[in-house]
Amino acid sequence: MSDMVLMKGNEAIAEAAIKAGCRHYFGYPITPQTEVAAYMSKRMPKIGGVFLQAESEVAAINMVIGVASTGKRVMTSSSSPGISLKSEGISYLAGCDLPALVVNVQRGGPGLGGIQPSQSDYWQAVKGGSHGDFHNIVLAPASVQEMASLTVKGFELADKYRMVSMILADGTMGQMMEPVSLDIESTYSVKKPWAVTGTKGERQHNIVNSLFLQPEELEQKNFERYERYKLIEANEAMYEEYLMEDAEICVVAFGITSRVAKNAINEARKQGIKVGLIRPITLWPFPKAALLKAADKCKAFISVEMNMGQMIEDIELSIRCKKEVHLCCRTGGMIPSPEQVLAKIIEVDSKEA
Amino acid sequence: MKRISILAGHYGSGKTNIAVNMALKMKSEGFDTVIADLDIVNPYFRTKDSLERLDAAGIKLISSEYANSNVDIPAIPQDMYSIIDDKERYYIVDLGGDDRGAYALGRYADKIKEENSFEFYFVFNMYRPLTPDAESAFEVMGEIERACNMKFTAIINNSNIGELTRENMVLTSVEECSKLSLMSSLPVKFTTVSSSLYNKLSGKTDNLFPLELQKKII
Repeated sequence: MSDMVLMKGNEAIAEAAIKAGCRHYFGYPITPQTEVAAYMSKRMPKIGGVFLQAESEVAAINMVIGVASTGKRVMTSSSSPGISLKSEGISYLAGCDLPALVVNVQRGGPGLGGIQPSQSDYWQAVKGGSHGDFHNIVLAPASVQEMASLTVKGFELADKYRMVSMILADGTMGQMMEPVSLDIESTYSVKKPWAVTGTKGERQHNIVNSLFLQPEELEQKNFERYERYKLIEANEAMYEEYLMEDAEICVVAFGITSRVAKNAINEARKQGIKVGLIRPITLWPFPKAALLKAADKCKAFISVEMNMGQMIEDIELSIRCKKEVHLCCRTGGMIPSPEQVLAKIIEVDSKEA
Repeated sequence: MKRISILAGHYGSGKTNIAVNMALKMKSEGFDTVIADLDIVNPYFRTKDSLERLDAAGIKLISSEYANSNVDIPAIPQDMYSIIDDKERYYIVDLGGDDRGAYALGRYADKIKEENSFEFYFVFNMYRPLTPDAESAFEVMGEIERACNMKFTAIINNSNIGELTRENMVLTSVEECSKLSLMSSLPVKFTTVSSSLYNKLSGKTDNLFPLELQKKII
């Protein structure tokens, strides 16, 4: 235990990024993720890294594009409205096939919304969230330890597939404190022959660009990108199953709501209801196969979300609407209570009996 | 008993939790106690989370009306000046973390020093990543003192990693805190421990303060 420290989720992301070899951070403060930037501002100067508070989110994401072009691990972080500002740059990163880590510690919306926790950027995150045909890899941590480990994983997946990895957390995950082991070095690295690092007169120059003058050429690029996406969908989906062996009701929840759901499931089990949890860890790729398998033995699904029902659509698609999917949600910065989720489980259980 | 107790320290060192526990103890000892939340940094997990408990104990809370709301501004509570004016009561002042949190105290510093009935505690948690030892904590102490223009008078050792804290971790921290005490020439007020560790540790080290966690997240 003595190698453990007590960290806020936001700090864990920052320290894990440093452990993963990230030496370039560009950001702009916004509650509830400001501690990522604050931590980087203290640590980066001490280890020869770059911390830069840009003049805006738009500027920060364009600085990320610059460093990503050189093949270095680079990141930015923000919260919901700030991610919308960064979305143009995220599309450019996709169009240039550049790896980078983008962190969204979500707060309530739409608009300026509020500063309390939310999961209402689910659609924005998993559907690309900006213009053009593309996806981001989306990782959803459910503990401060996972805030750290998925940050490292995010950098590795971004490098492996030359695309943006996004950490989709929420204000509670960012602000809460838990013990963390920082024994999390990144062991994966790839060569980046495409990087813009100077030719030294020894090779043709590389070009990083998202503009294609001929539509045929752009179409070909998009085809290639989607071949990669197929590989990711086949190989990289991550999820956790909890008490699913004999479950008749399957709760689906990610991030902080999965912890609320676990408490409710434990209570429901005491009352004799056979209920389990599938927790997607990757939201894109979505763990479609695990859900489809559950649809064969469960009588109903419950999606627990901190939004008006966004992930529920991916559940319905994954299980091809074989079973009904019920929604249990709060929105606007409110967190569902274990009692609310338990009541929904009891209601669905009696309805489907 | 000094009239004003101020808690400052590294971001996330546990000031709010200690402030609430100290207030409950002082009240139970018969002091007319007020707890004042001067945190202008933290958006979540505020003294206000313990409002019911404080109310039940008859402890007044001075807190920004915007705490725990969506109003994201570093606001000072309108009745904060009563820490100076209201000399009949005992005040516990909970500052925001780091030097940035300590700036808010600056405007009251001259008056507090003039009355000269205060303790200014530095809260130390060596299991926080940026203050792993006496040296780094000593640096933070200096930053805070410069920000609020006040000198610390004592140290509180709040070294823990939450529920997974073990006896030997507390004992290690007591040693590290003694180093900090030597470096700063300040006494250690007490070492906080959970009530379950309190029994196990009594006899092995002294000066323990049993602490109850006020805010638990799922």
